[in-house]
Amino acid sequence: MQRERRGENAAFLAPMYIFTVIFLIGPFVYMLVLSFLTRAETWGVVNSFTLRNYERILEPLYFNTFVESVKLAVLVTALVALFGYPFGYFMAKLPPKRRGLMLMLVMIPFYTSSLMRLYGWIIVLRANGLLDKLLMALHITSEPLKILYTYPAVAVGMVYALLPFMMLSVYSSVEKMDWALVEAARDMGASPAGAFLTVTLPLTMPGLMTGVILTFVPSMGLFFVADILGGNKIVLVGSLIQEQLMKVHDQPFAAALSVIMMLMMTVMIWLYRRVTGSGEMEGML
Amino acid sequence: MKSRSRFPMIYLFVITVIMYLPILFVMIYSVNLSKISSVWTGFSLKWYRELFRDRNVGTALWNSLILGGVSSLAAAVIGTLGAIGTVRTGFRGKGAMEYIATLPMMTPEIILGMIFLAFFSLLGLPFGMTTLIIAHTAFCIPYIFMQVKARLAGMDKSCEEAARDLGAGRARVFFDITLPLIMPGIVSGMLLSFAMSFDDVIISIFVTGVSVNTLPILIYTQLKTGVTPKVNALCTLMFLATLLIVVLSALIGRLGNRKSPK
Repeated sequence: MQRERRGENAAFLAPMYIFTVIFLIGPFVYMLVLSFLTRAETWGVVNSFTLRNYERILEPLYFNTFVESVKLAVLVTALVALFGYPFGYFMAKLPPKRRGLMLMLVMIPFYTSSLMRLYGWIIVLRANGLLDKLLMALHITSEPLKILYTYPAVAVGMVYALLPFMMLSVYSSVEKMDWALVEAARDMGASPAGAFLTVTLPLTMPGLMTGVILTFVPSMGLFFVADILGGNKIVLVGSLIQEQLMKVHDQPFAAALSVIMMLMMTVMIWLYRRVTGSGEMEGML
Repeated sequence: MKSRSRFPMIYLFVITVIMYLPILFVMIYSVNLSKISSVWTGFSLKWYRELFRDRNVGTALWNSLILGGVSSLAAAVIGTLGAIGTVRTGFRGKGAMEYIATLPMMTPEIILGMIFLAFFSLLGLPFGMTTLIIAHTAFCIPYIFMQVKARLAGMDKSCEEAARDLGAGRARVFFDITLPLIMPGIVSGMLLSFAMSFDDVIISIFVTGVSVNTLPILIYTQLKTGVTPKVNALCTLMFLATLLIVVLSALIGRLGNRKSPK
């Protein structure tokens, strides 16, 4: 009986284990190996160990890209948190019926390709586009701002693309919070702001941190945002990886760049686990 | 009593409007007669007509449907079985395995694209539909896995036990009791997986060959080479498809929630 059950469970688990080992662990391990290999003269990879790929990241050209990409990621993450946290918070405090509707309204952009959603911004931001026309009609500006293909356009696009992640993870954190604790703090004389800072914020930290994790490193990879809204003027780590893979065909260097990004992601997840003491991410569905 | 502030409602409203505004503009300009997308010259469906006449769009649509259908189905089978197995067993490596299985959710898309590209070329797989399906299945599995796991956790075990007591075999219990109970989770997970696959750009760009185009890849290339109003029409249709899928998935998910006792 016991053995039969164990055999059955193994049969249930087998497809996922086999698939995961071959097509997930395999590629990740290969990325790590690849990052220490040498690029062949023409095409492909030579099996000789080198640290050259990692050294190259420190060359000024690439290192600057990294630094600029991180700076943009910090800005984008801060803006996403600033706009997304209150949204998730207010959404969780809505009466249940409206909450369902609101959740749906956030889920739809979440599942729609960010490429398509960003495309709309081209119409809005292009020179003499809707934004310029609106601002000039209101006499706020006298000539077109020409925001498209600038740094702010890329920042706006990224915030817009990543906002739903923050909204959903904060929402799920606030939704299961015990409001009695906030009331208790208020009864004991805490001001609304004080109660928020000492009770609500720490309790919803897992949601906020999950949102940050899903925003920070991924923003460095959104090469198509830089592409279509930045007009190749802003280069991200993601653009670099894409270029190395698709144009230069230098897989080892692309792998080394990916390893660094993955390391940053791992450190952030590790920090999350240390701070919250839990393995589960907030609002992952 | 303190007066309830109107600020939260206004905030939610304004941000939601801003979130949908760009999509709305795309929709409006998809029925615009003019070729220049900042001037409104009149209502017309001519861009839709041109879209439907475009052979490339037809092929890309077909590819996207096959890709989304096959990978969400494969992910549904693998993810559902995996979730059942995980919930039932208690062996030690379980946590690590669960972490790895959900890794695609936490990994930036570009890195998934990068590792798939490198790994597939190591294996010598020809780039095209096969590689697309493998990559999409990989990133769809976590969505099904989490959905079904959540549903299993909220499921009443006594139904299965009652069936066993009444003499039903293990296979019978699985097909008559367990599967129907978790079906809403599987279906809504599958729909969401389909939506993810149908809209994916980054991973697809890396693992598709030169010969296979999907709709998002087509849009991406067109955006880079210059915009025609046809893209507006295509984006509008794809957005409406996604909208339909997400709403359907939520309705099915809710249906299941009401039925299954907590």
